[in-house]
Parts: sequence; structure tokens; C-alpha cells
Amino acid sequence: MSTDVLDTAVLRTEIRLFRREPGGIFWILLFPTLLLVILGSIPAFREPEPSLGGLRPVDAYVPVAVLLGLIVGGLQAMPVTLTGYRETGILRRMSTTPVRPAALLTAQMLVSGGAALLSAPVTLAAGRLAFDVTLPRQPFGYLLALLLALLGSLALGAVLSALSRTTKTATAVGSAALFPAMFCAGVWLPVEAMPDVLAGIVGWTPFGAAAQALNEAAAGDWPGGLHLGVLAAWTLLLTAAAARWFRWE
Amino acid sequence: MSVIDVTDLRKSYGGRAAVDGVSFTVEEGEIFGILGPNGAGKTTTVECVEGLRVPDAGRVRVTGLDPVADHREVTRVLGAQLQRSELQPGLTVREALELYASFYPHPADWRPLAERLGLAPKLTTRFATLSGGQRQRLFIALALIGDPRIVVLDELTTGLDPRARRDTWELIEDIRAGGVTVLLVTHFMEEAQRLCDRVAVIDQGRVAALDTPAGLIRRSAGATVISFTPSAPLDDHDLTALPELASVRHKDGRVTLSGTDATVDAVLTLLARSRVTAHHLRVTDATLDDAFLDLTEATA
Repeated sequence: MSTDVLDTAVLRTEIRLFRREPGGIFWILLFPTLLLVILGSIPAFREPEPSLGGLRPVDAYVPVAVLLGLIVGGLQAMPVTLTGYRETGILRRMSTTPVRPAALLTAQMLVSGGAALLSAPVTLAAGRLAFDVTLPRQPFGYLLALLLALLGSLALGAVLSALSRTTKTATAVGSAALFPAMFCAGVWLPVEAMPDVLAGIVGWTPFGAAAQALNEAAAGDWPGGLHLGVLAAWTLLLTAAAARWFRWE
Repeated sequence: MSVIDVTDLRKSYGGRAAVDGVSFTVEEGEIFGILGPNGAGKTTTVECVEGLRVPDAGRVRVTGLDPVADHREVTRVLGAQLQRSELQPGLTVREALELYASFYPHPADWRPLAERLGLAPKLTTRFATLSGGQRQRLFIALALIGDPRIVVLDELTTGLDPRARRDTWELIEDIRAGGVTVLLVTHFMEEAQRLCDRVAVIDQGRVAALDTPAGLIRRSAGATVISFTPSAPLDDHDLTALPELASVRHKDGRVTLSGTDATVDAVLTLLARSRVTAHHLRVTDATLDDAFLDLTEATA
């Protein structure tokens, strides 16, 4: 099947190429779970913590690890690949065929996004099996927040790729964006444990809003409209920016 | 019947005209060369033909289609090998051929194509580990995989060793024998002289000349070159008085003259009359190289 923006042969090829890259598989699919397992092996992480409202740190870290997969997939893996495809003329070469180079961008986003999404059940399963972390009590709300966060992450990655002329820049810019994104997602300090002022500020960032929406859904509530709204607004804004600034060559 | 029509093509980058009024027509089944110094506007011209760039002015038609407005239709009849491009580093030769074949409604069979290009032993090799020559051959294969009526080859043999270059030339002749029209961008004169039916010499964004390679050579001022080492010095006045002389050069006791057949006759008469023996006498036809330098030196 082939349309302007999707070509199944291109998608199959990109999936195959992704599977050949051990780095991508490790960082997107396994690293978040590995981090959860390492942190969960520390006894203190399995003791209820009053600052987390009685949750154990390992409980609070499951949504964080889920977000980490999305962040690595969107900000670290995809922009470098896309920028490389433009820099080395792969997009241009494709422009001379009946298939549009947009098909390659779509395929890349689906592969990075798909891998990032796949890392979520792996993390949830590891949390449940190894540390007895309850599965999200509001699964539909959780899935909605997850999908919005994924779109936001891919859109941010596309903006980074649009702004980077070379793969070197894309790597540097991706890493520079990675740390604030990880901080907002709560990798160093879960959002629930942040002081109120800080949590309030972080809640206006895409990954901070995503972390709070995931926490609410994990606890069994429908994610708050504000958090989902912030996430959706970022996604729209970033998508528009990527479409505006992306250059094919 | 013409398959490519370019009329008064213009394209500027940041106010500087890269292509400044280029016109030419490529007939079906011919090998048409675009020749010119670096930065002359050759690549910009063919990129407009491929639909990769939008002309500022002028008209480009490929089998009657507009490469920009009818881009997809044009990509089905025109295969391109770009001057600089790569593929995904992890893609194998076979995967690249299968993938690109899937883009076309009626692709060529990639197996004989790979065989003909010497890629058969490399089918499972990843793009990143192919040599320069192997990559170049893969890109030729990809240009042909859609079974096009026209192929555009941009600096095809740059970076190839002489042996690989000659093999590639044979391949291009094969391609044409199969009925495909070839638009060839090159800066190798030998390549143009050997392969092209007609050549457009582009200089500073304009067509400086358009003719057969032989026609271009005939046109140039010094079509015949005579060189020898005289046994005794010759009078410079006698030399410069030779008919239809284009140039005289002295170097290490050797005299090199360029002119026409009449110049050759006259210099032989002069030598006999002066009782001077011409050691290591050589009379050669000028090459396309000489014609090219002639055409472009006014502006160089």
C-alpha cells in the first residue's frame, strides 16, 4: 500500500533497520525497565514514603520509567535518524521516485513511536511481577495520557530535527533537550515528591503534565483536564512548528 | 522525437544566477552530455529536469510533462542518479533493490540488473560497507529499476578507477542500446567524447556551445596540433607567418603549433626549405579537452 505519507514497503524496511540497531532497542525498549529494576532493588525504594502520599518510591517510578521510554524514543533516537536521512541525501534520492520522502518520515515516526509505546507494557509488567506495583486502575485514561505524551514527544523530536542541519547538531540538541524532559518527567524526583511550586511549574511542560496525568490514571482517577489540555496544546504547537520549519534538504 | 525540452531556464540562489537562460532539447534514444567547469550550473539544470528544483523562469518538459506539477508521472519515466546521495547505512544491496523496485508500477527485474552491474556477489552487504565504486553501481541500478525511458546520470564516474570507469561506459552504451535516453552530466572530456551523441557546454549558467563532440573539436581554433624538436632553431617570424596558425609554443627546444591541415602542410614545406629535420614529429587531432578549454577560457 502506498499513499503520499505512508508506504508499507518503506515502513517494513524501517522496522527491519531498527531491529538491526541494538542501540535503539536497548535505549528505548529495555533501558527504562532496567532503570526501574535497579532502583526497585534498593530496599528503601520498597518502603512506603509519606512525601509520596504513602506510595512506595518504586510505585511512583513506574509512570516515570514509562515516560522515559517515550522521551528517549522521541528526543534521542528519532531526530538523529531523520536529520541523517536529510543530511546524507536519502530523502532527496527518494524524491526522484514515485514515493514521496514524507513516507520515510512517517515510517521513522511509527517505528520510534511504536518502540516507545512497546516499552510501556514491558515496564508495567516488570513493575507488577518484580515489585508488585498495581497496574493502572484507570487503564483508558492511562492509555489516553500515554498516547498524547507519545505524540508530544514525537512532535518535539521532529522540531529538533527541523532545527538541526547535521546529525552532530541533532545529537547535541537531542541530549540537551533530554535532561530537562527527564527532569520534568520525574526521573530525579517524582513529580508527587516535588515542592508544590516546582510541581506547578513542571505541570506546564509536556512531560510534567504527562507525568501528572499518568499518576492520576494509575491511582484510578480520570486524568485531569488541565494536564491533558496542556499536553494536547504542546503537541499541536510542536507539530505546527515542525511542519513550518522542516526542510527536505 | 524529443523527450526533454528545456527553454530559457533560469534559476538563482540568493541573487546569484546559477542557470541563466539555458535551452536544449534531448532526442529519444540519444546520449546527451552536459559539460562544463565546476559551478557552471550543470547540476542545477538537471535538478530542474528531475523536478528536484523549481525553476525561477523558463519551461522544462519531460516527455511533455512538467517535472514540478506532474512530479509523480515524471518520476515513473525518468530515473536519476544524483551527484551526492546515500542510503540507510544498514540497508543491504538486495533490500535496496527490492524496496526501490516496489515504488514503481512496472519495475525492471532487479536480479539481471544486479548481475549486469556486478552487484550479484554483494546482495547481502550493507550500504555502509560498500566501496565507492559499488555504491555508484548500486545507484545506477536504482536509477534503472523503474524501467525508465530516460536516465539522468550526474557525475557518474567521478571517484571511480580507470578500469571501473571504462566498465561503466560500456554499461551506458548498453543502456542506450536498450532504448533508454541518457542525459549525462560530466566534467571528463574523454567520457563525453566517447559516449555522447551531442554535448551542451555550459559555462557561467549559459550554453556556450551545443554540437556533436566532433563538431565542437572542428569548431575550436586549433583543431590540429603539430609538435617536433627541430635540429636547428627556426626563425620565429617564419613560424608566426604560417597560414591558419592558432598558437605557437616553445618548451625545452620543442615546438608545438596548433592550427589546421593547411598549417601542417606549410610547416612541412618550411622545414624542408630550411633544411631542418623535425625529430619526434607528432601530428594529432585536438581533443574535446582543447575545444572545451577554447570555449570556456574567455570566461575562466
